[in-house]
Amino acid sequence: MIEGYLRSDGRKGIRNVTIVAYLVECAHHVARRIVDKADDPDVHLVGFPGCYPNAYAAKVMEAIATHPNVGGVVLVSLGCESFNRERLRAVVEASGRPVELLVIQEVGGTAATTKAGLEAVERVRAGAAKTPRVPMAVEELVVATICGGSDGTSGITANPAVGRAFDRFVADGATCIFEETGELVGCETIMATRAITPELGREIEACVEKAERYYTTMGFGSFAPGNAEGGLTTQEEKSMGAYSKSGSSPISGIIKPGDLAPTGGLYLLDVVPDGEPRFGFPNISDNAEIVELIACGAHVTLFTTGRGSVVGSAISPVIKICANPETGRRLAADMDVNAGRILEGEATLAQVGDEIYDRVIAVASGERSVSEELGHREFILTYKAFEPVGPACLPTRVQPVLA
Amino acid sequence: MTQLILLHEDDNVLVVVAPVEVGDMLTVAGGTVPAREGITVGHKVARHALAAGDKVIKYGAPIGSMIAPAEPGEWVHMHNMKSDYIASHTRAVVGGAA
Repeated sequence: MIEGYLRSDGRKGIRNVTIVAYLVECAHHVARRIVDKADDPDVHLVGFPGCYPNAYAAKVMEAIATHPNVGGVVLVSLGCESFNRERLRAVVEASGRPVELLVIQEVGGTAATTKAGLEAVERVRAGAAKTPRVPMAVEELVVATICGGSDGTSGITANPAVGRAFDRFVADGATCIFEETGELVGCETIMATRAITPELGREIEACVEKAERYYTTMGFGSFAPGNAEGGLTTQEEKSMGAYSKSGSSPISGIIKPGDLAPTGGLYLLDVVPDGEPRFGFPNISDNAEIVELIACGAHVTLFTTGRGSVVGSAISPVIKICANPETGRRLAADMDVNAGRILEGEATLAQVGDEIYDRVIAVASGERSVSEELGHREFILTYKAFEPVGPACLPTRVQPVLA
Repeated sequence: MTQLILLHEDDNVLVVVAPVEVGDMLTVAGGTVPAREGITVGHKVARHALAAGDKVIKYGAPIGSMIAPAEPGEWVHMHNMKSDYIASHTRAVVGGAA
């Protein structure tokens, strides 16, 4: 059974992490020193590097700081940056979590803030330790998926195996999230037929078309040289493989970074910004997508890889599923699940799907994933711009009754 | 050991699931042919003869078009096919040929 950490909004966490968050790159070093000196696998470094304001970054930081896996927060500000530190502190405080704010220019510089930050971490950690533990049902889990370093095996082994696990979680009533509409280019028509309403189907097509336009302006698809070395030739070929991670359940809605799915079921996270391209590539690397999935409440991220990615994440454990048997042998010590066995006839898709499901339950119950054990705590957040999702995107949302 | 698999009956390419060496006999539509080149796992070969302009079908869905012909059993990749959406890139394109 999963024992969750009960938060004031009713959500439950599978970890009770203390985060130290820098609010501009100028405070990054001090925040990192605090985390390094705290030397605790449950004290994680997160942050936003920009000095200019950005509504998306503020929303994601709020979602991260009040994520069910987070028990307490230490904010580190330089002092002159745009980030609205008082608002973030108030949001965390209102969530019932211990929170402390350190402003380097006021505390007295690097050494003084590092010392004060360590003391703040002690207090916040002690406060977080009082969080009540309660039984947590599988249906309360939010499970996300991403692929990175894909190759020609990803779409045959690890991705459809995750799809099998997703189908089981959706059947249990849990929330599952897949993403990266730029890696669904070419699948929009097939995907739209799985929407629970025709209007949602049209929104799905529109959101993939937006991704295609955006990437075309950028001049590159979501396609890395390693994908080609691994046998993938085109964006749409990569997409068809990536798409199989979503399994075969109906698609219940579209959410954007920082939104919470209103119900259990399968949701598509639209990660491509709205409006004219302004701040560059939608997601500059895999971890930017993982951060967005976590901002949507993901407790765990299933990461499939063919070429062999080693990343993990701050806040929520990453479970690695290796698609390629050769990579699986070379990078065995970085992988949780070896889906390459399917190619060698040693396991079926259904068996590996069940293994992934069981691994999620074990990690949710407290077992460390391989990337967690190795100390991977990557986090990256950059500039973006989004409009809120339209009503057709969330047919399952209870509409507010106007008095 | 199986070296090539068919993912969908409509496909006109097969996927390499165990390394192929030059001269290995590959089973394609209509018989066996010797491999012309070594091909690594995850790559594709033509299931039957393909002509420039043909849609390449994998997972039962179009994944691009041929820009040059391929014989049955021949490697299908960036030298003879392209995206119908967004062009793929290699490091040479971005950083200049090494």
